[in-house]
Amino acid sequence: MSQAVATEELIGRGNRDGKRLFQEWFAGLSDTAASGGQSAYVFVMGSLCELLRTFDLPIVFPEINSLQTAVRKVSDEYLNLAEDHGFSPDVCGYVKADYALQVRGGEHPMGRVPAPSVAVLTNACSTYIKWAEIWERMYDIPICTIDVPGARRQDDVGDYLQRDIDYVEHQLRELIQTLEEVTGRAFDIDRLREVLDRTNDMGRSWRRMMAINQGSPAVYDAMLDGTIYLGVANALRGTPEGVAYFRDLVKEMEHKAAQGISPHGVGVEEHRLIFVGVPCYPIFRRFYELFSDWGGTFVSSTYMWFASGGLHLDFEYDLTRPLESLAEGLVRGVRAATDAMLFQDKALIEAIDAYGAEGVVYHPVKSCRTVSTNLADSRRVVLESRDVLCLHIESDMMDKRVVSEAQLKNRIDAFFEGLKSRKLRLDHSAAATPSAH
Amino acid sequence: MNYAAGVDVGSTQTKAVVIDGAGHIVGRSLIATGANVVLAAGDAFSAALEEAGLAEADVGFVIGTGYGRYKVEFGDAQITEIVCHARGAAQMFPDTQTVLDMGGQDTKAIRIAPGGDVLDFCMNDKCAAGTGRFLQSAAAALEIDLSDLGPTALRGTRPVTISTTCTVFAESEVLSWLARGKKLEDILLGVHKSIASRSFGLLKRVGIESEITFSGGVTRNKAMVEVLNEMVGGKMNVSEESHFMGALGAALFALERIGSGANTASPDAAATSADAGAAKGAAA
Repeated sequence: MSQAVATEELIGRGNRDGKRLFQEWFAGLSDTAASGGQSAYVFVMGSLCELLRTFDLPIVFPEINSLQTAVRKVSDEYLNLAEDHGFSPDVCGYVKADYALQVRGGEHPMGRVPAPSVAVLTNACSTYIKWAEIWERMYDIPICTIDVPGARRQDDVGDYLQRDIDYVEHQLRELIQTLEEVTGRAFDIDRLREVLDRTNDMGRSWRRMMAINQGSPAVYDAMLDGTIYLGVANALRGTPEGVAYFRDLVKEMEHKAAQGISPHGVGVEEHRLIFVGVPCYPIFRRFYELFSDWGGTFVSSTYMWFASGGLHLDFEYDLTRPLESLAEGLVRGVRAATDAMLFQDKALIEAIDAYGAEGVVYHPVKSCRTVSTNLADSRRVVLESRDVLCLHIESDMMDKRVVSEAQLKNRIDAFFEGLKSRKLRLDHSAAATPSAH
Repeated sequence: MNYAAGVDVGSTQTKAVVIDGAGHIVGRSLIATGANVVLAAGDAFSAALEEAGLAEADVGFVIGTGYGRYKVEFGDAQITEIVCHARGAAQMFPDTQTVLDMGGQDTKAIRIAPGGDVLDFCMNDKCAAGTGRFLQSAAAALEIDLSDLGPTALRGTRPVTISTTCTVFAESEVLSWLARGKKLEDILLGVHKSIASRSFGLLKRVGIESEITFSGGVTRNKAMVEVLNEMVGGKMNVSEESHFMGALGAALFALERIGSGANTASPDAAATSADAGAAKGAAA
């Protein structure tokens, strides 16, 4: 295959296939809704997809459904309905959009979402617990909450880790009993091995993809493209389609890296940035352009860490002890997710070094204090530790009423003006320093 | 053609500054922005030219800044007011390390490097509490002229506490203090302290490094200067021209663009890139 043909075939394939797979997955959910079939509701942080797939339960991610209403410019309809029913403007936008979706019989711009037969969640986010109680009241379904013991930091777990894994494994065994009751099927541990094996494969691809972006130029934008990859990583976790997609994606990324193809063109790279938080979905494309117009590329994002279900971690399920290993993966994944949100300064500093980032963009969102807490402190620590510029902008991932494009643009423009003058200053300093040779 | 200009179109007022080849201000103007931003920019520029005794053709480069910077249609480039205030502050007070700009709807704390490069900045978000608008609301509620706010507040001895975080609700809180028999000067001193405490919070977020230079329209309010000085534990730099700091910064960038200025360290590329970014943004 010639280089030109390879480029034409490969470039953009990940985004095209990702969108197609995502739509097919949603069409499957619509079919389930139409047939009145069973489904399991889960969350991106600690989804336990692997276990649910062994029972052939279609998996619904209410967070993804909600953000898709924002991407498709209709979130305000859902938020308004929820607020008409008494929800406060301060309640998480994801919760409100999902509540309205349930009230509207699963009606969604991408199709129809089936009602839940069971909900499985962790304590990764405190809102999950109250959110699931809404479904419990609406549908009288079992709500299975896995209590994952927290650690103040990922590297500070000490001897407690094994005890915590045992504790979670015990809860998984209880969950299996519930799933057997809900579905009327017996748990098959060999199927779990198969699914875990596929997740391991997807994880290897995910980490390879992240590693490729450490090179220059970066080959994808972690906020724009990364959101597509995250959608597939969650929706198709542990599936043959997910494995194939990410293997293909790695090929595309390796080709782009070899050819020096960045999101801005061949060999073009101006500013390497890291994004902290959740994107501004109500103006998703425009939000991206506010950075890309200045030549900014998000080479990594905390979103690709905390919303990937632990795929970014250097951890693989041990297929010789699948249930124990699933418990360990859940403990490590949930802790890493909460660390990526609440204690991300250390990981950010490591990422700044690994990715050669010159700026960090913090994007707290009004409706999620979980991902927005501590960002000011993190910013201060990062600024003290590394010679980078940081930008702190606030909007929302769902509610366009608190998205002010003019305010965002003003701050983003000033950030890039600062980056450019800093670059010039560094270049002048380098030119003024006598060469060692 | 050795003259350069900066036009700072703010939410409340539009400022224009014309400088000569040495960076000295030769003309300035300040007008209310009003509803027609394009007109305000043009009028401010014309007034500054008139004060300088110059014609438009004498000015080699114009940079627009402020929220209405893209409405400076005769401008050659645009740069955000954050960067321009930093540059203007560094010019007026070369040892500046921190800038506090208090405008009509924005308050910005900016940490800068020698020469005026922005190292970090924080602004108020989604809320005009802690800005000049808060003062305007208080003045309207108390039916007092804006220019009398500061002198009246300085007579206060027992400031009330303004607890609301909302500029609109602050109006009713101010009136409720009045109804409870509090003295006008104590209420106004409380208003000033409330605004200053929010600005102080922004300053702490970027790190307070002396010298601090105060810029923007509120610098003309002596009570605010005094209250803020008390909070930062020192004397901030303030000058008669502080209101024009953003426009001055823009003019200095413009001067560097026409190649007749002294300091060519950073702004040229920044301005060029700003143009490119804006052009691309417009095309997108």
